[in-house]
Amino acid sequence: MAAQAGEQALRLSESELDLKKWVLWALSVGIWFVPLVWIDPITYLTLTIAGVTMGMLLFLTASGLTLIFGLMDVLNLAHGAFFAWGAYAGFSLLNWLNAKGWVELAGVGQSVGSLAMVLGVTLVVGALLGVILERIIIRRTYGNHLKQILITMGASLVMIEIIKILWGPNDEVILVPAAFRDSWDLFDVIVNKFRVVAILVGSLVFAAIQISLQKTRLGITVRAGVENRELVQILGYNIRRIFTGVFAAGAALAAMGGVMFAIFKEQIYPGMGEENLIFALIVVIIGGMGSVTGSFLGAIMVGLAFNYVAFLVPKLALGVNIMIMAVILLLRPKGLMGRE
Amino acid sequence: MSDPILSLNDVHAHIERHHILQGVTLSVMPGRATVLVGRNGAGKSTTLRAVMGLTPATSGSIELEGQAITSMKPYEIARLGIGMAPEDRAVLYTLTVAENFRLAMSDEDGQGDRRLAQVLDLFPDLRKFMSSKAGILSGGQKQMLAIALVLVRKNRIALIDEPSKGLAPVVVDHLADSLNRIKETTTVVLVEQNFYLASRVGQDYFILDDGRVVHQGRMEDLAEDHELKQKYLGIA
Repeated sequence: MAAQAGEQALRLSESELDLKKWVLWALSVGIWFVPLVWIDPITYLTLTIAGVTMGMLLFLTASGLTLIFGLMDVLNLAHGAFFAWGAYAGFSLLNWLNAKGWVELAGVGQSVGSLAMVLGVTLVVGALLGVILERIIIRRTYGNHLKQILITMGASLVMIEIIKILWGPNDEVILVPAAFRDSWDLFDVIVNKFRVVAILVGSLVFAAIQISLQKTRLGITVRAGVENRELVQILGYNIRRIFTGVFAAGAALAAMGGVMFAIFKEQIYPGMGEENLIFALIVVIIGGMGSVTGSFLGAIMVGLAFNYVAFLVPKLALGVNIMIMAVILLLRPKGLMGRE
Repeated sequence: MSDPILSLNDVHAHIERHHILQGVTLSVMPGRATVLVGRNGAGKSTTLRAVMGLTPATSGSIELEGQAITSMKPYEIARLGIGMAPEDRAVLYTLTVAENFRLAMSDEDGQGDRRLAQVLDLFPDLRKFMSSKAGILSGGQKQMLAIALVLVRKNRIALIDEPSKGLAPVVVDHLADSLNRIKETTTVVLVEQNFYLASRVGQDYFILDDGRVVHQGRMEDLAEDHELKQKYLGIA
């Protein structure tokens, strides 16, 4: 009797598992195609490009956050501040480059050059801020999530106040290099040039992170550190230094995401990072903490859902992503690609 | 008689508020296999963790060939040539077997590839799983990989914690053969509950009880001392 009951329970749990997998699969695919029921194909394509673009921009921020969560078990609520700092650093550099004729009056080469310079500088600014924050503050809070939340929230407030002191509290218009302004009209589908750049940059960053994590010894060490910090240390690796490096890389990616987002929106304001952090957190939770691929998939999911719903029922745009997050957490608490 | 390669002198260690090691003093001679035995909770694993810096000693001293390592970080101790295979088959499950080796290998002496080849001769089962995730290996294979990760580094001492835990007797036999080959080239410190394996591999022993060394000597003497085994190990 007991054995029969056990088998029946096993069959039930297996069918429940199949159902969960099916629902997850349907959700992942449905996000792409269900909107076609209500949206005409031309608008659908325009919104899809916008959604993928937003996804790529979110991925830049979320990838750093997920690595910091996954490897260091640090809840870093200052991540949004790195995002804002990246945007403001890029803003200043673009203004400086514009004075040299490299932005608004630039040709294609100069536009590409100025964007490359801006991305490079924001990566450095983000990494430096990350090292400073990790060394001075984060290091003292390892293993204590409550302290991490409180102290990184505090750090975020301080960093945003410094932005207000240095650049002022008001919204500013950020310059867009000339070659990336305007749009292409491809058979009535409007393709904003900068969106293509954002998709390219996001894809390149995803590929670079994947190659680094999968193929290099440093990447293997980081993945190993995510799984078992103690073992990595007894194999002779200084996990603290790896922590600092990962935190700096995460902060650099957030800063890069910030300037890309700012150019995409053509606007900056001190609180922009905090707003974006909500999306990044949703992406990380959907994708699974510590999984870069999960963040990539989650970011595209969030970007698409936001754009389709913003077109159909604007007031539900943020809500639908929280709903997706709740459904995924119910079906798969560790996220799409998270580890146990 | 040569000097000890590793010595612990009145080492105390705490885990949270619990005083686990209460003055461990022992010496490990180079080129020999030393076994730490004792009941559960006697402090055997904590002793290895204290040597490795994972559970730092709160007082006392630990020396590697006369050099104090008591307050060093685990990675610094590892770089001095102490390797550890922690209990519960600690390998990196999400990495492939080849990636586990790539991470663990040290090649500062240009002998990394030679050591890897030797390790794969010792544990030939691992060869066919090089591109598989370590998580799919059987318990015995995981244990072999855990020990292999110590051996591919240029280590002077291998600390091996409860390698037989949860393994079938036939696997334990194979493990004993492998450990006997390892001790020919590396000083081994083995923590082991399985007296069969301990007596097959060990040359010197230390019995720990309540965080202290209560007995020490040659393994062959312990194997004959039924009273001592009954008192501290619960076996006749």
